Amino acid sequence: MATILEKPGFNPDRQYKIVGTSPVKHDGFDKVTGRAKFAADAFLPGMLIGKVLRSPHPHAVLKSIDISKAAALPGVKAVITRDDFPEIKQGTGAGDMTRIAMAREKVYWEGHPVAAVAATSESIAKKALKLIDVHYEVLPHVIDPVEAMKPDAPILHDYMRTKGAKGPDAEKPTNVVERSVLAICDVDAGFAQADFIVEHTYDTKPMHQGYIELQSCIANYSDDGQVDLWCCTQAPWVYRDRLTEILKIDSSKIRIQQSELGGGFGGKTTFYLEPLSIVLSRKAKCPVKMTLTRSEVLRATGPVSGTQSTIKMGCKKDGTIVAVDSTLIFQTGPYTGSAFTNAPQAMLTRYELKNVRTVSYEVVSNRPKVSSFRAPCVPQVVFGVEDCVSELARKVGMDELDFRLKNAIVEGHKTIYGETFNRIGFVETLEAAKNCDHYKSPVPKGQGRGIATGFWFNRGGETTGTMNLAPDGTVNIILGTADVAGSRMSMSMMAAEEFGIPVDRVRSVLADTNSLGYNRVTAGSRTTFSSGMIVIDSARKIIAELCRRAAKIWNVPEEGVIFEDGHCRPASSNVGNFEPLSMKDIASKTTYTMGAIAGHSEMNVTGAGPGFAVHIVDVEVDKETGLTSVKRYTIVEDAGKAISPLQVEGQFQGAAVQGIGWALNEEYIFGDDGRLQNPGFLDYRMPVASDVPMIDTVIVEVPNPKHPYGLRGVGEVPLTPAMGAIGNAIGNAIGIRPRSLPMTPAKVLALMEAGAKAG
Amino acid sequence: MSELRYEAPDSVASAIKLLAAAGGPTRILAGGTDVIVQMEMDMIDPELLLDIKHIPGLREIKAENGGFRIGATVSGMEMMEHAALCATWPGLIDGVKLIGSIQVKGRATMAGNLCNASPGADSVPPLVTAGAIAHVVGPNGARDVPVEQIPVGPGKTSLTKGEIIESFFLPARARNSGDAYLRFTPRTEMDIAVVGVAVNLTLDTAGVCTAARVAIGAVAPTVLLVKECADALIGTKVDEAAIDKMAAAAAAACRPIDDKRGTKEFRIKMARVLAKRVAQKALERARHVA
Ligand SMILES: Cc1cc2nc3c(=O)[nH]c(=O)nc-3n(C[C@H](O)[C@H](O)[C@H](O)COP(=O)(O)OP(=O)(O)OC[C@H]3O[C@@H](n4cnc5c(N)ncnc54)[C@H](O)[C@@H]3O)c2cc1C
Repeated sequence: MATILEKPGFNPDRQYKIVGTSPVKHDGFDKVTGRAKFAADAFLPGMLIGKVLRSPHPHAVLKSIDISKAAALPGVKAVITRDDFPEIKQGTGAGDMTRIAMAREKVYWEGHPVAAVAATSESIAKKALKLIDVHYEVLPHVIDPVEAMKPDAPILHDYMRTKGAKGPDAEKPTNVVERSVLAICDVDAGFAQADFIVEHTYDTKPMHQGYIELQSCIANYSDDGQVDLWCCTQAPWVYRDRLTEILKIDSSKIRIQQSELGGGFGGKTTFYLEPLSIVLSRKAKCPVKMTLTRSEVLRATGPVSGTQSTIKMGCKKDGTIVAVDSTLIFQTGPYTGSAFTNAPQAMLTRYELKNVRTVSYEVVSNRPKVSSFRAPCVPQVVFGVEDCVSELARKVGMDELDFRLKNAIVEGHKTIYGETFNRIGFVETLEAAKNCDHYKSPVPKGQGRGIATGFWFNRGGETTGTMNLAPDGTVNIILGTADVAGSRMSMSMMAAEEFGIPVDRVRSVLADTNSLGYNRVTAGSRTTFSSGMIVIDSARKIIAELCRRAAKIWNVPEEGVIFEDGHCRPASSNVGNFEPLSMKDIASKTTYTMGAIAGHSEMNVTGAGPGFAVHIVDVEVDKETGLTSVKRYTIVEDAGKAISPLQVEGQFQGAAVQGIGWALNEEYIFGDDGRLQNPGFLDYRMPVASDVPMIDTVIVEVPNPKHPYGLRGVGEVPLTPAMGAIGNAIGNAIGIRPRSLPMTPAKVLALMEAGAKAG
Repeated sequence: MSELRYEAPDSVASAIKLLAAAGGPTRILAGGTDVIVQMEMDMIDPELLLDIKHIPGLREIKAENGGFRIGATVSGMEMMEHAALCATWPGLIDGVKLIGSIQVKGRATMAGNLCNASPGADSVPPLVTAGAIAHVVGPNGARDVPVEQIPVGPGKTSLTKGEIIESFFLPARARNSGDAYLRFTPRTEMDIAVVGVAVNLTLDTAGVCTAARVAIGAVAPTVLLVKECADALIGTKVDEAAIDKMAAAAAAACRPIDDKRGTKEFRIKMARVLAKRVAQKALERARHVA
């Protein structure tokens, strides 16, 4: 269907009635009263409980699996292993996916599924797991990516050869998936012009997304091969198509209904239990429900990559950055898919740079395959970039924000990855930071202040939605993009804005995969932007149709009708003296006109507006214990247009909290045996409420010219500078910049002691 | 995996009988904030869960011989709301306050904290420095046991089959006494002590320390009651030199392990830092208490 928004340009003169207010979210009541239905709340008659047997070894050949005793246990209805999945060639996308769901030749991490059971109760299912006899040939393992790159490291996949490698090693088995180079101009010539050069190596750890809701699903495989699947996901259509690939079931036979999402942050873009529950349901001929435990989530689902990065940066006396040369190493788990190429593109984008070279490596090791997480692979590198930038500013003797302003990229300039920027708001964001109360107030005695900036592309992509007008004039929106952060409310607001009706006359619901066309994963900060385009387009189609119907009722030409504030009106007195027709007036009489009124839209949305943020952080470090307390935190960020300012603030604040966790404490700790030692929130230390101050926010609004309201994405940008800003703050508090995450008390204390020794 | 039995007797005598008769592993269900979590994580698989919260009389804090008797099922929040207890043993309350969150403390008991026998249990060091006595009842009668003798190693106690702690006795307080507890954790709450130190001391009218007890948690298989620390304080005015000496003795007494919560070296350093800070706090309290 054609879109009305062929040229969806920004209208600078538009006056908003609803956009820019912050009504209570329509899903909010159910969430605070406990009525919201998350995946684990689903129940089907005759439902069985499924449990997974997981490898205790991080790396082993799977010699044999004997399920006979488990299958014979009363109450057990199905036991599945690799033999229940179609064979798909190793080293292909689908081959990797099926092996992540269920191990085949080898197990690659502690917690890798080797079998699953469906039984009439959880305790029987657990008992059955203990009766499964697995023979492993244990192999040496490697967890750390830098170790995994060494010549004598245990090799995970004999078939792997480094993509992009040259020379004699290119034909040898390796753990390096890819070597990728992004280079523009000449870094050596750039450094030759530099008056100051800094170079450091940084280490960051894989980070758990920290969603509270445990992954859960119910699959019902009916006797005629139809599959119904209820689950919590950010990507129903992606799940469907991948399930089609690995289970060889037609897409149209797999209907996925997404539940309320109790947090995803990128972690629910990849399935774990879904293929197992479908195969169990097929074998048991009953619905099968499966829910991960917290320990399984931490041991067997993907965090985002950890990195080791070496960054060299030089500038002239006047503060102009002349060259940046980096080497980045990304840990990806046993299979490719870390989205590491985001890093070379985004890590420096916001600065005007001529000479850049970034060599990136993606490396496999014996941990769960990484998944996505807010601006995947970028914040961990910005942690280093913003140290270098601040250090150069100090060397030059410039204010840290002025130094960044001097190097800021502006409209019309080309980025290092080739895009030429349209209207962007980095300069405005830096200026707003300079003018905010936090930056203007002096650093409290005994504390340190850190500044960092960040960038994210923001995305568009394939999106589909539908809008129906009810006989009473209210509006129902059917969306395919998951609601990870209140986007249903933003959609309702945009529709209400278009129609000029109160927002409580609009309701947005989420469709299953059979009810709408394809929707790309809800990720990349694309949802409010992309589904918002669908909503505005659908609403405008309905408005056009309303005008057509009014013209018919009045028996006047279509051009004689205009739509305003929820009513069709004669365009002028020449048209005739008609009473305005409300949406209800028209919708309640559709039987007598041309039938029901609906708007539908599908687009491959383009024109996402890049986002930029500045973080300002004050910390206090206990000089005797190394403990860092975050005292004050301000995020200044360009939202383009905040549809609901309260929700935008929520995105900023949540990102700051996650950044504080990543910066200070969060870390997966492995024993020498390759087993995770902290599979729970007691020792996987996410921040608690009392660990974080109130996060102040400043929303900058430089409109995105490619969106009718000017909006950009806000989901990912606000995480990108966080650890860099906190690291800089600690550095300024103790006089030495930490370069390894997490910046735990023990590490910070050791730095202070080393500093004291060095004088 | 055995079938789980749940019993909620209404007297200590029948509780003892049920425990003594059980064939497999048993757990007492007080607040359940350790037991339920351990069951969920498949760390324990008890045959009998014995809920003692329905036994009358166990959920009381009473004055006794100038001191206090605290029943086994009194929750952390109930202790924190008891004004006289808070005024007399603020250091013990420091420890109780640190256990989990308000919700956790609404259920958690001191007996559970002690009998779970974690070296990092927060109410235990101040309970030890208070000189608390556990009243233990069992199939062979009752006995009074100093609390430091109850845990014998991580997850292990000296209680024998069928024995229950019925109550704790906190002795009468000398004038000019103060106690305090501090722990080190990377987060502000919901965390497990990397090190915890409790100090309880008494001054005479001239400000000289006449009695002291110092206990350190999370640096050995059980909470350590360190005599050398007490000796460093007794007979002094608890000046900087005495406190430094006490802190050095605390560091010397530590026998920690390297684990995910901290290295040996870091734990020992923290023990020294905390010992100083907590002694200062106990001293201030002793000076203010008339
Ligand atoms: C989220 C969370 C945070 C926590 N934070 C902390 C913390 O910061 N500091 C800390 O020290 N602890 C913490 N804990 C652990 C726990 O809350 C405490 O150890 C608590 O005091 C246990 O008391 P309970 O009454 O819940 O014990 P239960 O779980 O009921 O029992 C614990 C053990 O004691 C035994 N037991 C209980 N009562 C008796 C009795 N009367 N006689 C003999 N044996 C008995 C039981 O058999 C069992 O082995 C935390 C727990 C959670 C879930």
